[in-house]
Amino acid sequence: MTLTPTRQAILPDRLTNSTLTSFLRSVPSVDEVAVAERVASLSTRSIKRESKAHALRMAISMMDLTTLEGMDTPGKVIQMSSKAVRPDPTDPSIPSVAAVCVYPAMVPYARQAVEGTGVKVASVATYFPSGQVDIGLKVEETRQVVEAGADEIDMVINRGAFLSGDYFRVFDEIVRVKEACGDAHLKVILETGELQTLDNVRRASVLAMAAGADFIKTSTGKVSPAATLPATLVMLEAIRDFWAATGVKVGMKPAGGIRTAKDAIRYLVVLNETLGEEWMSPDWFRIGASSLLNDVLMQIRWLETGRYQSADYFTKD
Amino acid sequence: MEPQTTENTEVASRKADVLAPRIEWEYVPSRESTDIVEIADRYDLFIGGEFRKPKSGKYFPTVDPATEETLAEVAEAGPDDVDAAVAAARAAFEDGWGRMPGSERAKYIFRIARMIQERSRELAVLETLDGGKPIKESRDVDLPQVAANFFYYAGWADKLEYAFPGFRPEPLGVAGQVIPWNFPLLMLAWKVAPALATGNTVVLKPAETTPLTALVFAEITAEAGLPPGVFNVVTGAGETGAAVVGHPDVDKVAFTGSTEVGKLIQSQVAGTRKRLTLELGGKAAHVIFDDAPIDQAIEGVVNGIFFNQGHVCCAGSRLFVQENIHDLFVDKLKARLATLRVGDPLDKNTDVGAINSRQQLEKIRQLVEAGVEEGAEIYQPQCELPDRGYWFVPTLFTGVSQSHRIAQEEIFGPVLSIMSFRTPAEAVEKANNTPYGLSAGVWTSKGSRILWMADRMKAGVVWANTYNKFDPASPFGGYKESGFGREGGRHGLLNYVKHAGGRP
Repeated sequence: MTLTPTRQAILPDRLTNSTLTSFLRSVPSVDEVAVAERVASLSTRSIKRESKAHALRMAISMMDLTTLEGMDTPGKVIQMSSKAVRPDPTDPSIPSVAAVCVYPAMVPYARQAVEGTGVKVASVATYFPSGQVDIGLKVEETRQVVEAGADEIDMVINRGAFLSGDYFRVFDEIVRVKEACGDAHLKVILETGELQTLDNVRRASVLAMAAGADFIKTSTGKVSPAATLPATLVMLEAIRDFWAATGVKVGMKPAGGIRTAKDAIRYLVVLNETLGEEWMSPDWFRIGASSLLNDVLMQIRWLETGRYQSADYFTKD
Repeated sequence: MEPQTTENTEVASRKADVLAPRIEWEYVPSRESTDIVEIADRYDLFIGGEFRKPKSGKYFPTVDPATEETLAEVAEAGPDDVDAAVAAARAAFEDGWGRMPGSERAKYIFRIARMIQERSRELAVLETLDGGKPIKESRDVDLPQVAANFFYYAGWADKLEYAFPGFRPEPLGVAGQVIPWNFPLLMLAWKVAPALATGNTVVLKPAETTPLTALVFAEITAEAGLPPGVFNVVTGAGETGAAVVGHPDVDKVAFTGSTEVGKLIQSQVAGTRKRLTLELGGKAAHVIFDDAPIDQAIEGVVNGIFFNQGHVCCAGSRLFVQENIHDLFVDKLKARLATLRVGDPLDKNTDVGAINSRQQLEKIRQLVEAGVEEGAEIYQPQCELPDRGYWFVPTLFTGVSQSHRIAQEEIFGPVLSIMSFRTPAEAVEKANNTPYGLSAGVWTSKGSRILWMADRMKAGVVWANTYNKFDPASPFGGYKESGFGREGGRHGLLNYVKHAGGRP
């Protein structure tokens, strides 16, 4: 198989909703029971000692430390950003997280707080979390956020359009937001909790990748369930097939509901055994989380000292 | 609309990423501790509720196939020992086990089931040490199923009158049971649980390479207070098995093992009053249609052939892939094989463990060599194997024809023969083109096709969009040379009962 480094290699020549629909029907179907079994089996992997220590540090370096609340303020964002840069003030060997993820209005504060540290600024955009506005507004918001200093844009797909069968509209919106991103990396949130079936998840993954997503992301965190291992596995398999067909690597970001170090390691195992070490890097895998970081720090401290320490010993920013 | 992303921007935006270092992540060994298991230097025969030295005076070693170290010496039962065991079983049957109310028998069986659960970690480790199967399988599959079978049949013991309307069931008497080495304790459970529930007594002959868990099970029955003689174990090899099967006072013979031995047994019991069930070899077809959920089908195929190193009578050892997706499917399968972790069976992350014995390893090697000689194309992933022990790398053969030995003979190892088909009718024809008929698998998104295939495939079990699913309530058994009789479920009771006062 020769690899052609272009996303459109897999798409029909003439793009209409009808040709896109037939194309998506050719995407392999997904058996939900078998997927659940596979992730259950991978969840029994026993990750101990050095492997665990390694995984925990890797998880931190892949984290998009997130705050997406109506009550977010510059103060909150600046404090969280400081934690992002130096997660454990008592242990300088702990890596920074990959990025801070905030609402558009908070981007300037985050930008300033992480400037020069290597930590990226990610912003949700396209009228997150519902995305229920005209595409013109979504594009405009994206432009503004990039101008304000975001390195990465986390957009939401138009789930209403997807579920009503208007795949062309979903595709077109992603293409236009990608264009508005310029050099910023685009993460496309499928909101798998609203797509509900894994067949939908797989089709939406392919659609997003073909339309230009640099990353595909499970969830906004505002819908339950947010990230799940089955949805993540299906998305990783879609990424693998897309890579084989086009030569284009796309990143993956499970987000929402990943709260414990144990959860994070399970996601890393699924990644490791589906896409392998090519993807074991913050450039290709992110974990979107707000409360995960301290649990991971606590586990690292436990591995190093043999003791669990009180939550009071870990900073809450 | 014109696509917006061009090849150039794609490459440019990736440049920085390519420089980023990849992170290598190895799983360090996570070995299940063996402290929980105490293995004696020597094991005697379990006859009449106690361990007795063999009259034969002989012992044989049982080894850990992952290290080739001897774990223990086990008594070799000669004809006199088998005689004593059958006599003990007969006495226990006559003394009351056969006439005991079902509700009373059930108490013992429930107690045994609970004790198995309590000691399941110990039994899982022992099963892995003696047989070479990965600890994750003995822990997550074998032992839970073993306990489930005892619970299930304990529940039937006081309801036998309702199991078969118009049929008044009565026990047969003494059951001689000979079981294989691939699922030592699970095959024990499949045979012993229904036999006890129906009021029979048992003389069990475990396989010579994996006798240890049956001996610990014997301890459990004694601790559970099972009346002496209701359950007996005679260890040994083929001769001991033949002595059990041929004993004149045995009423029922149940055998799981090779078709070759099954045929000998059937001729041995011909013309006697003995009832017989045989669960023999298989060469199951796994059929993949082009509308299958491909990535899950890959997992199903891997599970079908590499589960328990392929030492599974229902292993999906012949893969039929619809020709229009053959190459894609094989590529994906090869990639998946590279992620299988082969090695120390006690490592909780091991997917494929040790081959059960040197003899079995030789047989696998011979058949694989035959496959290469006959012109099939072999694929084996890069794999580091331990220095000692019996190992075989997971193996695929492509370009296989029905006429190749590897498409016809049961290999009983981690070796998959891949063939293609064009139409559903051809898939059925090829799938059925074998003397065996134990199991089969179908992967398709079309429900009607599943039913169409299941109707036509001559196999005791047809799994649809899954593989290797077992439940104590579901009967299992073969067509053709895969044997006869069904184990599991209500059907499993029938092997051990007769109609009171006459023919069933």
